[in-house]
Amino acid sequence: MAKAVRLRGNIVGMNGNEAVAYAVKQANVDVIAAYPITPQTIIVERLSEYVNNGELDAALIPVESEHSALSAVVGAALTGARVFTATASQGLELMHEILHIASSMRAPIVMAIVNRALSAPINIHCDHSDIMNARDTGWIHLFAENVQDAYDLALQAFKIAEDLDVLLPVTVNLDGFILSHSVERLEVLDDEIVSDFLPPRKSVYTLDYKKPVAHGPLALTDFYIEFKRQQEEAMERAKRKIEEVAKEYGEISGRYVPKLRTFGLEDAEVVVLVLGSTTGTMRYVAKKLREEGKKVGVIGVHVFRPFPAEEIIKALENVKVAVIMDRAVCYGGVGGPLFMEVVSSIYGTGVNPLVTNVIYGLGGRDLTPSEARKVFELGLDILQKGRVEKKKVWIGVRE
Amino acid sequence: MSEKEFPEKMPESAFTGTATWKEIPIGGVIPEPTSLRYKTGNWRAFRPIYNKDKCVKCLLCWVYCPEPSIRRLEDNSIEIDYDFCKGCGICAEVCPVKAIEMVKEG
Repeated sequence: MAKAVRLRGNIVGMNGNEAVAYAVKQANVDVIAAYPITPQTIIVERLSEYVNNGELDAALIPVESEHSALSAVVGAALTGARVFTATASQGLELMHEILHIASSMRAPIVMAIVNRALSAPINIHCDHSDIMNARDTGWIHLFAENVQDAYDLALQAFKIAEDLDVLLPVTVNLDGFILSHSVERLEVLDDEIVSDFLPPRKSVYTLDYKKPVAHGPLALTDFYIEFKRQQEEAMERAKRKIEEVAKEYGEISGRYVPKLRTFGLEDAEVVVLVLGSTTGTMRYVAKKLREEGKKVGVIGVHVFRPFPAEEIIKALENVKVAVIMDRAVCYGGVGGPLFMEVVSSIYGTGVNPLVTNVIYGLGGRDLTPSEARKVFELGLDILQKGRVEKKKVWIGVRE
Repeated sequence: MSEKEFPEKMPESAFTGTATWKEIPIGGVIPEPTSLRYKTGNWRAFRPIYNKDKCVKCLLCWVYCPEPSIRRLEDNSIEIDYDFCKGCGICAEVCPVKAIEMVKEG
């Protein structure tokens, strides 16, 4: 039976993009600079409407490219403003050099990424190759499983980014079309609750002519590595802060988004690890398999940077086979991004399940429940044989 | 957060290049004007030598010096600040009466 939770707001029907835009409005951002791109466009459209209608008092900067969009919000963030932008796919690629500059200048930006495949061939549908190209840009990366997560994580992202222990930019990832364009039942908080959760930002080293500071100087062999070490430390602190914010948000909303959303782990021998909306599909199929007596489980990973290695080790303690699913390819690499991250986390810790990597869903190729079943069967087969025959398996591709 | 992380002054160790990552302000921020402490005069390969007798006090050198290392005096003659002059030679180039000569350092 579901735990009874006192509702602290309204129930509405919104798609993922609208949910993100609504959260950004409630977060009372000061500056938005964004360039529309499929499938993110609705976010920018809704925010434009909010500003135009006077529902949100923010400067909305219509820019000529994503490179400029991110550059504008970096500058705005350094003035102490609460800032937001959103993009997808090629737009994120065009932002790439500024991604590093944003995190290195410690600009607390929140950016929604509506995950979409990269060209070529040109494709507008979901996969994670856009964000995985940006995984090591010094940003915190959060992943939504559903529309509710997208709303909840967007609000939490501001609190994490702007925390003075962290001061790093954050991406909130939602699967293109699957979440961005699907209308779901959504619980939104009352504006006052959000205002209490997200008071106006406190900034340090604010760009202010009355007390001048210099941002973005040159640092060569004498200091560059020290600044990089600081960024690594900020990521370490973010691990704790993400958990604290999730708990605080859980108290005000009744919804706690853990770093790992686990299912069936109490006795699972075969566990699937996955990012984004596919988590729900895997859980649905896992339920059916468990009814058939198969000991399977699912771990939905909601934080990719900083990677929750300790939580992964703990979750896989008693697991015999881990099947790690990637909706992105590392061409010529050992495995996909999540695979390499999970395997590196557990190696040498004594937690030693047999592992294999599944590549799926590129360019929006749907992962049907029958294919999801194949993923579990792959794990069950490894369990039975006691060895891994193929370390990388493509599912849902015509062979 | 600790106060130490957001210092309002650059620590002394930053000027000697010995500061650890814990001591310097985050993100490369320089929280106070520090350029006067960073003397760039030793970059110079050529030194400008001012000849006051030739000078017609037009102050073109003072206008053009990118540093600015030309100091304007009461009588509109000039003085060169060798702590910051990098020896670019623009002053000598723009001087209409060749009152500034570039001489090799060392």
